[in-house]
Amino acid sequence: MTAPTVPEQLPDRAADAVRERQSRARRIGWIRDYGVYVALLVLIIFNIAATPNFVALDNLRVQLVQVAPVMIVALGVAMVIGTEGIDLSVGAVMALAGALIPLYLGYGVPVAIAVALLGGIASGLFAGVLVASIGVQPIVATLALLVGLRGVAQLLLGGQFRQISSPEFNNLGTGSVLGVPIVVLVAAVLAVIVGFLMRRTVFGRRVVAIGGNPDAARLAGLPVRRTLITVYLLSGLLAAIAGVLLTAYQKAATPSTQGLLMELSAITAVVVGGTPLTGGRVRVLGTVAGALLMQIVTATLIKHDLPESSTQMVQAAIIILAVYVQRDRGGARR
Amino acid sequence: MTSLEKPNGGNRSAAGAAAETAHISRPADVADSPERVGSGAGERVARFLQRQGAPILLALVVLVASFAFPGFATFDNVASILFQASGLGIIAVGMTLVIISGGIDLSVGSVYALGGVLAAWASRYGVLPAFAVPLAVCGLIGLVQGTFIGRFGMPPFIVTLAGLLGARGLALALTDEGKTVYKVGWNDTFAQLGHGKVFGIYLPVYFMVAVFVVGWIYLQRTKSGQALFAVGGSESASTLMGLPVARIKITSYLICGLLAGLAGALNAAYTISGVPTQGVGWELDAIASVVIGGTLLVGGAGSLIGTLAGVLLLKVILNVINQIGTLNTSVQMVVSGAFLAVVVVVQALLTRAQNLRDG
Amino acid sequence: MSSTQPQEVSAAANVNRPVLSVRHIAKTFGGIAALADVSLELLPGQVHALVGENGAGKSTLIKVLTGVYRADAGTIEYDGAEVRFARPLDAQLAGISTIYQEINLVPLISVARNVFLGREPRNRLGLVDFRTMNAQARRLLAQVGVTVDVRRPLRSLGTGTQQMVAIARAVSTEAKVVIMDEPTSSLEPREVAKLFGVIEQLTASGIAVLYVSHKLDELYRIAQQVTVLRDGAVVHTGKISELPRLQLISHMLGRDIAQVQRQGVTAFDDRSGADPDAAEQLLDARGLSKRHQISDIDLSVAPGEIVGLGGLLGAGRSETVRAIAGATKLDAGEVRVRGRKIRNGSTAVAIGAGIALLTEDRKADGIIPGLSVRENIVLAAMPRLSKGGVVSTARQRAVVDIFMKRLRIKASSPEQKVSELSGGNQQKVLLARWLCLSPQLLLLDEPTRGIDVGAKAEVQALVAELAAEGLGVVLISSELEELIEGSDRIVALRDGRVVGELRGDAVTENALLTLLSGEPAANPDPPPEPAADVPDAAVPAADLPVPAERTKEQR
Repeated sequence: MTAPTVPEQLPDRAADAVRERQSRARRIGWIRDYGVYVALLVLIIFNIAATPNFVALDNLRVQLVQVAPVMIVALGVAMVIGTEGIDLSVGAVMALAGALIPLYLGYGVPVAIAVALLGGIASGLFAGVLVASIGVQPIVATLALLVGLRGVAQLLLGGQFRQISSPEFNNLGTGSVLGVPIVVLVAAVLAVIVGFLMRRTVFGRRVVAIGGNPDAARLAGLPVRRTLITVYLLSGLLAAIAGVLLTAYQKAATPSTQGLLMELSAITAVVVGGTPLTGGRVRVLGTVAGALLMQIVTATLIKHDLPESSTQMVQAAIIILAVYVQRDRGGARR
Repeated sequence: MTSLEKPNGGNRSAAGAAAETAHISRPADVADSPERVGSGAGERVARFLQRQGAPILLALVVLVASFAFPGFATFDNVASILFQASGLGIIAVGMTLVIISGGIDLSVGSVYALGGVLAAWASRYGVLPAFAVPLAVCGLIGLVQGTFIGRFGMPPFIVTLAGLLGARGLALALTDEGKTVYKVGWNDTFAQLGHGKVFGIYLPVYFMVAVFVVGWIYLQRTKSGQALFAVGGSESASTLMGLPVARIKITSYLICGLLAGLAGALNAAYTISGVPTQGVGWELDAIASVVIGGTLLVGGAGSLIGTLAGVLLLKVILNVINQIGTLNTSVQMVVSGAFLAVVVVVQALLTRAQNLRDG
Repeated sequence: MSSTQPQEVSAAANVNRPVLSVRHIAKTFGGIAALADVSLELLPGQVHALVGENGAGKSTLIKVLTGVYRADAGTIEYDGAEVRFARPLDAQLAGISTIYQEINLVPLISVARNVFLGREPRNRLGLVDFRTMNAQARRLLAQVGVTVDVRRPLRSLGTGTQQMVAIARAVSTEAKVVIMDEPTSSLEPREVAKLFGVIEQLTASGIAVLYVSHKLDELYRIAQQVTVLRDGAVVHTGKISELPRLQLISHMLGRDIAQVQRQGVTAFDDRSGADPDAAEQLLDARGLSKRHQISDIDLSVAPGEIVGLGGLLGAGRSETVRAIAGATKLDAGEVRVRGRKIRNGSTAVAIGAGIALLTEDRKADGIIPGLSVRENIVLAAMPRLSKGGVVSTARQRAVVDIFMKRLRIKASSPEQKVSELSGGNQQKVLLARWLCLSPQLLLLDEPTRGIDVGAKAEVQALVAELAAEGLGVVLISSELEELIEGSDRIVALRDGRVVGELRGDAVTENALLTLLSGEPAANPDPPPEPAADVPDAAVPAADLPVPAERTKEQR
């Protein structure tokens, strides 16, 4: 409650201290803002030099195809985290979307995809209403969906996995346009769209404003509730898109495993990409880089005959490091 | 809510009217007028449901199942449900403590697996190392996580997410990526602790009961346990009241790690092997059962009895679904998810109603 | 078990040796001095009042004393030895017990557990003994006149009772010093009487009390000593009986009573004033009430009029403007803009009706720190400056440029982060946010607090200019000259009620000070004094100085 008054002239020592603190904050800010790109660049350079076949087209393609679903899901999660929320339901939404595909493929590929995406939208809407209108904590609201939706997905297919034999549909996952896999293309387009949405639209700027200072946003007359619901809805939609693509890539809907632990990978990508958990900032490009970084770390370690276990431990270390760097701003919030 | 204002509005004028006699102490009036007497029976019922909902529901489900399925209320079936609940139950005790203190621990599933691997490996040196080694390592993991959270103020969600990856990685590394499976000798004392029976019930069930009893005493009857509620309820108030907040938080993660390690060790004793892929997703089951048990995820309130009921409820539903036979486990997931959703919505509505009144 | 109060402390033995001496304490936050050089002595068995306006440094001083903050310079001597409290626990163990203004208890746990948190009575097994704890809690609470079921969760009690629980907790420790920070802000009159009884018990047993309050009646009733803080420094200390009320207020507000003149130190023109009785009122608010905050406040503003809201800290000024702006839901009352009633409790509706609120706390509910100057300015006007939901940076720039020029916002570019600007420029950014909506009514809550002199004059000039253009303005300011020179009319608030209104030539510092001090002689229609409900506490009304001037007196 103390609002310290500003003396007209700060004592020199105090001014120095302020300057010192600002320059330190700026350094930390720099690491927070660009650390992920630097790390990614270093890793790529290392790989070009030290990993045989890294630059081979096939390898690059495999890496990108593998990372695309994570990236798409992470875009949605980044928006949610920008509002100081979290979305744990994304993996289950992927499973649900995947399970809907074989059920509606009989009506044609577009119908099946539309239904799958509607499933994601409905789930996101549900989470958004719980969070924004009822006031449930984001983590529990989406946890309930995580538990329930995978069950729904399994029920839809009677607990079985289902092969999909429609080449038209499977082409989405395995096909290419001008040599670029469709999956990668979709991820790139979505990244651009989400980037545009966040940077250039009223909606995106509201998301950031609400995450940055909800009280000020409310006092400025912003539609806080509607914006929050939309954010969760979009997260559900993006997860469903990822689910459809993964189903096409696998040529099968596997509701019991599809998207399992995806929520954790997505959150990791977002956090490593420099989006603070405390909201107020959405780093779309950072999220893309974060997803790529985690993917290439894994690939590098595997290529150099380091086992999976070391990958996980390295990932853990990267997460801790990323959050430690953000700590100055964050504070002890969940 | 408007009815709430009346006693107070009346109180103001009553105070004026009583001005002449105010020197006569009338504590009885002070007692009832500023209280929110108007909160009424509705809230009391809701509060009761929030606290006791899980045990009541458990009793109902058990009752119905006993009548509906002849195979349900048999000794063997109940013993098997209890055994299936033992691992998750032990973990959920630690999770309850962490959540009451206002945190969350995502690492328990991985720590559980790590505990199993370590126990199986150490069992060759005797029964004591088989417990001591996993408890020491898993406790250390909890301690480190707690330190990051309590001392450095890093968000629990992310720290324990890293713990989830790190502990699983460690478990895999120790087993040469799962290719090596440490075996426990079938006749070892340690193995006996896993699948031995007393009065026809597996020993891990007794462990679970012991952990719940000790946990309950710790939480309800010790200073340290009381402090968990305070820190979770209001961190700033706790600091100002002079509680060592960082240490309290660290303790909760330490205990959570220890219990996950213990559960892992018991599982290793039962399966006579240490498998690093155990317990995937258990953190979510544990959180779900804690929340279903009426513990608030914002911290500051909760009960181990509720948690026990929450764990048993999940397992009983699974068992009932198996009894029906034609359904599969996915129904259980849907039911749990829906149930969880209902519980959190009720909790949120209760909290909101109370905040409205407080505001 | 005997009462936990240290009855054995002899009040007479060391009455003149201070139990707590604070010497030359300084504390800066981010290069800004919150405490410059503060010294203070607490004598056993005495109540020492600590007063000062917002930002004077009272809370910082308390936090230094209780180990929440560490002082940058200076010493604290407690009980004859120099001490350094690293954390609140140390201060408590040493015997300094604190009651905070915001009730710092844990709402979800029981009353008894709150009272004994951290020092629970235990049985032979080392386990918490609830039976003893509840019995002791019941006894302690009875001492402060609260008889509730101590097993109930704290939150089920009213705020006043909760505060009494906090008081019971604080006095039940073996304290030698009890610090009370605005303990009565949520108490009903009868509870205040109880509290004063407790304070008398405490002082009788030789405990020193540091009492922070802005309610002058209370201070004069219970305190023996007083220290006035302003801008982090002590401006007066001494016996309270030797300090007239008016003098106390002028110390707090930094005005020399002998030189009360219209000096024209602000950038406000001499307000000729719009007609307050104009046929069409811009704002017409009637009977605004919100429990514990404001009650039955009427306020009207004519186009082109600047209405000042006078009052000390806690008088309900901010609460009034927030209610008008839809930021709080009212219990009763209605707000009309140009005769049209607007729905209460929605900021969006109020904004739509042309009401703009510049809040008191820039950081908490004003700026969005991570966003640029441009985005902070256009935040509320974003939909108007975009096409199909797509933000047009060019259109935003155009608007932002106009306001950055008009308000002379100093930033390296519109894209600079707003958190990097000085306080004055942040304030101008917030003003610009509202002005680009072309509002009809501006509610300004401390628009010049914490900003440098140059920016202050600019903001003041701008407000006058806007009023000249026909906007209605409600101005809240703790700086008297700003309020007096800036306002056509001043509505004075005290304890959440309107206590008077000054118009035209009657708008003088003395008239306002007299109104605010709440002395009956100066108030044509005095509200019921809370003190009137408590005959068992001595009211030194007879000692009070008679103010030199009367409200209606011409200068």
